[in-house]
Amino acid sequence: MAVGSQTIRFFLGEELQEVRGLDTNTTVLNYLRLQAGRRGTKEGCAEGDCGACTVVVGRPVGDHVEYRAVNACIQLLPTLDGCQLLTVEDVRSSTGELHPVQQILFNRNGTQCGFCTPGIVMSLLALSQQTGPISTYERQLALVGNLCRCTGYGPILDAAQDVSEKIEGTPEQPWQTPAWNQLQRTSPLSIEVGEKQFFAPQSVQELIQLLDEFPQSILLAGGTDVGLWVTKQQQALDTVIYLGEIAELQTTAFDQKGLVLGAMATYQAALPLIAEHVPALGALIERIGSMQIRNVGTIGGNIANGSPIGDMPPPLIALNATLYLRNSSGQRALPLEDFFIDYGKQDVRPGEFVEKIHIPLPPKHSLFNVYKVSKRFDQDISAVCGAFYVQLDAMPGEGREPLIVAARICFGGMAGTPARAFHVEQRLQGNRWNEETINKARVMMDQDYAPITDMRASASYRLQVAKNLLRRFYLESYMDRGAARIDRQPAVSR
Amino acid sequence: MTALTFKKSGSIQGGVRAPQPHDSAAKQLSGQAVYICDMPDVTGQVHIHVAYSAQAHARVIKMDLSEVRAYPGVICVLTADDIPGENDVSPVTPSDPVFAKGLVEYVGQSLFAVVAESLAVARLAAKRAVIEYQPFEALIDVETALARDHYVLPSKTLRKGNAARALESTPHRLQGALKIGGQDHFYLEGQAAFAMPGEDQDVTIYSSTQHPSEVQHCCARVLGIPDHCVTVEVRRLGGGFGGKESQPALFAAIAALAAKKTGQAAKLVLDRDDDMIMTGKRHDFMTHYDVGFDSNGVIQGIEMTLASRCGMSADLSGAINDRTVFHADNAYFLEHVTIHSHRCKTHTVSNTAFRGFGGPQGMMVIERVLEDIARHLGEDPLLIRRRNLYGQKERNITPYGMVIEDNILDTLLDQLEQDADYQKRRQQIQAFNWESPVLKKGLALTPVKFGISFTTKHLNQAGALIHIYSDGSIMLNHGGIEMGQGLYIKVAQVVAETLQVDIDRIKITAASTAKVPNTSATAASSGSDLNGKAAEVAAQKLKKRLQVFAAEHYGETTENVCFMPNQICIGNRVIPFDDLVKQAYLNRVSLSATGFYRTPEINFDADTQQGRPFYYFAYGAAVSEVLVDTLTGEYQVSRVDILHDCGESLNPAMDKGQIEGGFIQGMGWLTTEELVFDSSGQLKTHAPSTYKIPTCADRPPVMNINILENNPNRVETVYRSKAVGEPPLMLAISVFHALSDAVASLGDYRQRPTLNAPATPEAVLMACEAMHREVNG
Ligand SMILES: Cc1cc2nc3c(=O)[nH]c(=O)nc-3n(C[C@H](O)[C@H](O)[C@H](O)COP(=O)(O)OP(=O)(O)OC[C@H]3O[C@@H](n4cnc5c(N)ncnc54)[C@H](O)[C@@H]3O)c2cc1C
Ligand code: FES
Ligand code: FES
Repeated sequence: MAVGSQTIRFFLGEELQEVRGLDTNTTVLNYLRLQAGRRGTKEGCAEGDCGACTVVVGRPVGDHVEYRAVNACIQLLPTLDGCQLLTVEDVRSSTGELHPVQQILFNRNGTQCGFCTPGIVMSLLALSQQTGPISTYERQLALVGNLCRCTGYGPILDAAQDVSEKIEGTPEQPWQTPAWNQLQRTSPLSIEVGEKQFFAPQSVQELIQLLDEFPQSILLAGGTDVGLWVTKQQQALDTVIYLGEIAELQTTAFDQKGLVLGAMATYQAALPLIAEHVPALGALIERIGSMQIRNVGTIGGNIANGSPIGDMPPPLIALNATLYLRNSSGQRALPLEDFFIDYGKQDVRPGEFVEKIHIPLPPKHSLFNVYKVSKRFDQDISAVCGAFYVQLDAMPGEGREPLIVAARICFGGMAGTPARAFHVEQRLQGNRWNEETINKARVMMDQDYAPITDMRASASYRLQVAKNLLRRFYLESYMDRGAARIDRQPAVSR
Repeated sequence: MTALTFKKSGSIQGGVRAPQPHDSAAKQLSGQAVYICDMPDVTGQVHIHVAYSAQAHARVIKMDLSEVRAYPGVICVLTADDIPGENDVSPVTPSDPVFAKGLVEYVGQSLFAVVAESLAVARLAAKRAVIEYQPFEALIDVETALARDHYVLPSKTLRKGNAARALESTPHRLQGALKIGGQDHFYLEGQAAFAMPGEDQDVTIYSSTQHPSEVQHCCARVLGIPDHCVTVEVRRLGGGFGGKESQPALFAAIAALAAKKTGQAAKLVLDRDDDMIMTGKRHDFMTHYDVGFDSNGVIQGIEMTLASRCGMSADLSGAINDRTVFHADNAYFLEHVTIHSHRCKTHTVSNTAFRGFGGPQGMMVIERVLEDIARHLGEDPLLIRRRNLYGQKERNITPYGMVIEDNILDTLLDQLEQDADYQKRRQQIQAFNWESPVLKKGLALTPVKFGISFTTKHLNQAGALIHIYSDGSIMLNHGGIEMGQGLYIKVAQVVAETLQVDIDRIKITAASTAKVPNTSATAASSGSDLNGKAAEVAAQKLKKRLQVFAAEHYGETTENVCFMPNQICIGNRVIPFDDLVKQAYLNRVSLSATGFYRTPEINFDADTQQGRPFYYFAYGAAVSEVLVDTLTGEYQVSRVDILHDCGESLNPAMDKGQIEGGFIQGMGWLTTEELVFDSSGQLKTHAPSTYKIPTCADRPPVMNINILENNPNRVETVYRSKAVGEPPLMLAISVFHALSDAVASLGDYRQRPTLNAPATPEAVLMACEAMHREVNG
C-alpha cells in the first residue's frame, strides 16, 4: 500500500487542526480536554452511556454535510480525519450570545448542576440540524443517551419541544462552513506513533492488503465496543485498521431477495431502509444504545463482536440472514447462525473481515417479531432478546386456525452465543397456530436453554420471560397493537 | 473594569418569590462553568490514581509496590506509612482509614495512591502492584450480618405506648416483610479534589464536597496540622445528593498528602467505575412488621424491625438509621408502636447519606403496611391511608413524642385527590384491568411528611459573610454549597430582598472555609433554611448600620429612613443605594458583616428518644399511574400528579426543579436502579452500562406538578419558605405502590402483593407470578 499521510486533519470548530505524533489510541474527549484545552465537554462515564461528552461531528456526505451527535469518550481521534468537530465552546456566538438552543434551555431552567448540560446542548444542537417536523418520540430518541441526575428531564424535554418548534425547517448554525477542500487527501491516513499504527484504507482492496500485511491488527468500525477496550480496560491497541473510509462497505440496498447491508452501515444510516421493510427490526434498532451510539455503531460490528447479548444476531438469525466474509482468497458466505461457534469464538479465518449481510424478507403468510427485555427500556443491554419467525399457511384471524409450516426462533442472553430454540421450533412445526400449541411449545424452552444469573437478570427470570415472549408473539398475531405489550414506540417511525 | 450601572425601578429584580434562573445557567450552557476536573493545569501538577482492595474481607499479607514506583512517569506512591497525622477520615466514629493497613473490609477500600505525571500513567502503574491477601469470611448482605449480630453501632428500639399488648387485642393482625434496595448517587461529576501546597504548613484544597468544613478538619487531622492551615474552597458540584457529604474527605486527604509530599499541585479525579466501587450508597434495608388494626383498617398497634446494610464502618449510619425510625410513621398516627433498628456491619463499602437520609426507607415500610391492610380488608389503599393520617388536635403525637403543629395533610390530599381525578380513574382502571388480559394498570396516592432539621442538634447552625464595596456592589458568601439545587441564587434573592437591591448587584462567591468557618454540610434539605437565614441576618446588620448612618448624616430619625428598591428614602430625600454606600464608606462605617443563625426550638433527648428533633415538617403527595406487562414485568409510569408544600417558595422555578428532579430520582431508586453485589462482595453494577438511572424517556409522559399555594410556613423560617431538597424524592413511593396495585389486580385486590424494591421488571414479574400462584392455590 502506498505510503499514506501521518497527519490527522479536521476542523475543530472553524479552525483547521493538523495533529501529528499523538498516541493513536487517544480518545476525542481526552484530546479535547488534555490537548486542545477545551474542558467544556465532560467525562461522566468514559463508556458511551451518559452523554456528558457528547460532541457533534460534521461529515461531508455527497453534496451536503451530516451533523451527528457522538460520544467523544469512546471515539478515537484519528477517526475524525476529514471531519468537523464541534463542541460546546463552538455554540455560543463569537460575541458571547447564547445560541437559540442554549437560550431555550436557559429559559426552561434546563440546567441544575450543569454537568450534563454541555452534552445536552450538543444533542439538541444535532437535533436542531434536522429539517422538517420533529415528533415527541424523535426528541426522546435524540436525548435518551444524555443522562441527567438533577432535573428529572421535564425542562429539557420542554426545551427540546421549543427547539423543534423554533427551528423547524431552518436550522441555525453558529459556525462557519469550513473549507472542506482543505481536508481532501490524496493518500490514505496511515499513522505510526511509537509502537502504534493506525490505518484508514479507502477501498476494500487496500483493506485486504493491509490485513495481509498486518494479520494481528484490530478492525475498527464505529468503535462503540472497541473504544471501551481502551477506556475501561486500559488496553493498548497497537495496530488498528479503521473501516470508516471505505465507501463500499457502507452501502445499504434493497433488492428482490431482501436487504443488503454493508458491514459499515451504521444503525442510523440503515434504519430507514430496515424500518420500511422489516418494521419490527427497525423498532429494535431504535432501542440499541442511544442516538450517539447508533450514529457510529454498525451492524457489522455488532455481529463481528460476537457477543451473546448483541441485539442484531437473534432477529437476523430468525430471518435466516447470510453473512458475507472476505479476505485475500475471496468471498465466503455462510448462514449467520453458523458464524457463532461458542462463547467468544466465531468462524473467522485469517485476514477475514465482515463485508455485508443479506437479510431475506419474510414471505407471505409469515409472522416475525423481535422483543428486547431489559431493566430499563431505553439504552440498556438486553437481559433477553427474543426473535420469532413463523411461516404459516394462512394469516391468523382469517377464519381458520393456520398451520405452522416452519418456525425459527432465536434468543440472545440465553446462552453463550445467540441460540436457536430448536425444541420449541419443532413443537410448533406442523401444528395449528393456537393457544394449545403455544402452551405446549413454550415449556420446551426448558430443553433449549440453561441461562445464567448475572447483574442483568436471574436465570429463572430469563427462562420465564423467554416462555412468555412466545406467548406475546402469539397474542400479538390476534390482538390490537399495544394490547399485548406496552407500546412505547409509535407505529410508524418516520 | 467598567463601572457597574444599576437599574432603578419600582421593584427590585430578583427578590424573594421571583422565579430567578440558576445563577450559573448561562455558564453551564456554554461550557464555561468550571468544575474541579476542569481547573486549569498548574506547572508541575501531578495526578493521582487510588488503588483499592480486590477482596471484601482479608488481611493484606504482602503489598509489593516496587514496580509501581519504578514505572516511568511515576513520582511517588503513597501508603498508610506516608501519613503524618491520623490515618482516619471518618465523619463521626473513627473507622475509615485513608489507606487500609493490614485489614481490608470491602472491595474498593483504598490501599495506596500512585502520584504521576499523568492520570493514564498513574493508572497503568497501579496495575504493577503485587498484592497478596489472606481472605476471611465476608458478610455481604443484611440477612447474614443480622443472623450474626454483626453491627457497626448498637441497635436501638423506640417505643411509644404498648405495641405488644395492642397487637394481642386487635381484631386483625398481619405480618409482612419488605426488602428495600440501595441506590448509587450517580452524580454526573465524580469525586474530585485539587490540592495546592502553600507557605508554612498551608494547603488549599478545591474539593467536590457538600461539607467543606469536614474536609478541612479531616485533612488537617490526616496531615497533623491545625485546621487553620487548611483552606477548602468549593464553587459548585456536578451533583451531590448526599454522596458528597462524608465521602469527599478521603479523596481530598489523599490529594493533600500528595501535594505535601511532592510540593506540587495535585489533582485527583475518580473515574466512574472507581467512584461507584469506592464510595458509599443509600442503605438497603431488610424490614419486617407485625401490625394490628380494627375493621376500618385503623392501626391499633405495630412493631417494626428495620435492619440496614451499613457497610464496613459507621460513617453517618447512626443518624441515617435514626431518621429511618423517625419516618417509619410517615404521615400516620401510630399510638402503640415499637421500632427496632439494626445497623448491620457488612464487608461492603460504607453506606452513606443520600437524599432523604434514611427517611425514605422508613416511609416505604409503613406504606407497605397500609397497602397490606387495604388488601386484607378489600378496601382502596387510599381510604385506609386517609383513615390513619395524623389528626389536628388529637392523634397528633409522633412515636418520638413530638406534637405535630403544622399538619396540612387533609387539605393537601383533598386537593390532590380532586386535581388528579383519583376516584374516577380508580374506576376506569378497574374496568380496564377487567378487559385487558396482559396489560394491567395500577394507581396509587401516597403522602409525604418529612421532618426538617439535622437530628444532630449542633449541626443546625450556619454563617454568612457579606461585604458591600464602596461602589455599591455586594459580595455574598456563606457556608452552603451549590450542587445544582439553586441554593446560591435563593440566598442571593434573600439578600437582594432584605437590602432592596437588584440581584445583579450581588456577586455570588465560592464557599470557603477561610470566609465562613465551622459550617455544616449542605444536607438535610437545610441549605436555604440555614444559610438563607444567616445571610438575612448579615444583610439586616448592614441595613441597620446604613439606616443609622443615614439618619445621623442627614439629621433624621431612623424610622424615617427606609429602603426602597435600589434607593433609600431619608425623610423627603431619596438617595441611590450606591451613593449612600459611598458616603457611609467616607464616614468610616463598616460595610462588612457576618450573619449567624441557629435553628430555634429543636430539642431531642437521644437517650429517651423523645423530644422535638424537627423544627417543622414539609408535606407533599403524589398520585402515580402505571401500566404493567404481566408477561415480562415491564412497565411504564404513564401519569403523575404532584402537590407539594414549599411553604412560601423563595424561588418557584428552583423549587419546581427540586420537586421534579427528586421525584424522578426516587422513581429510579424504586424501579430500575439495582445494585448487585455478588457473593464475594464485588459490585457488579459499577457504571451506567449496568446501573440504570432513569432516562428522559422514563419521565412519565403526563406529569402535573403543583406547589401548594397560600401556604406560609407556620414557623418563622426565611421568608416563611420550606426546605425542598429531599422531601419530593419520597413522592415516588407512589410509583412503587402503583406497580404493586397493578400486581394486586391479578388477585382481585384481595391478596397482598409481594413486590420488593427496586421493582425491576424482574421483580414485578416475580410478584405477578407469586400472585398467580396465590390465586390459583
Ligand atoms: C452505550 C452503549 C450502548 C450499547 N447498546 C447496545 C445495545 O443496546 N445492543 C447491542 O447489541 N449493542 C449495544 N452496544 C454495543 C455496540 O454498540 C454494538 O455492538 C455495535 O454494533 C458495535 O459496532 P461498532 O461499529 O461500534 O463496532 P466496533 O466497536 O468498531 O467493533 C466491534 C468488534 O467488531 C470487529 N469488527 C467491526 N467491524 C468489523 C468487520 N467489518 N469485520 C470484522 N470485524 C469487525 C471489531 O474488530 C471489534 O472486535 C452498546 C455499546 C455502548 C457503548
Ligand atoms: S463520558 Fe459518558 S458517554 Fe462519554
Ligand atoms: S443538571 Fe445535573 S446532571 Fe443534569
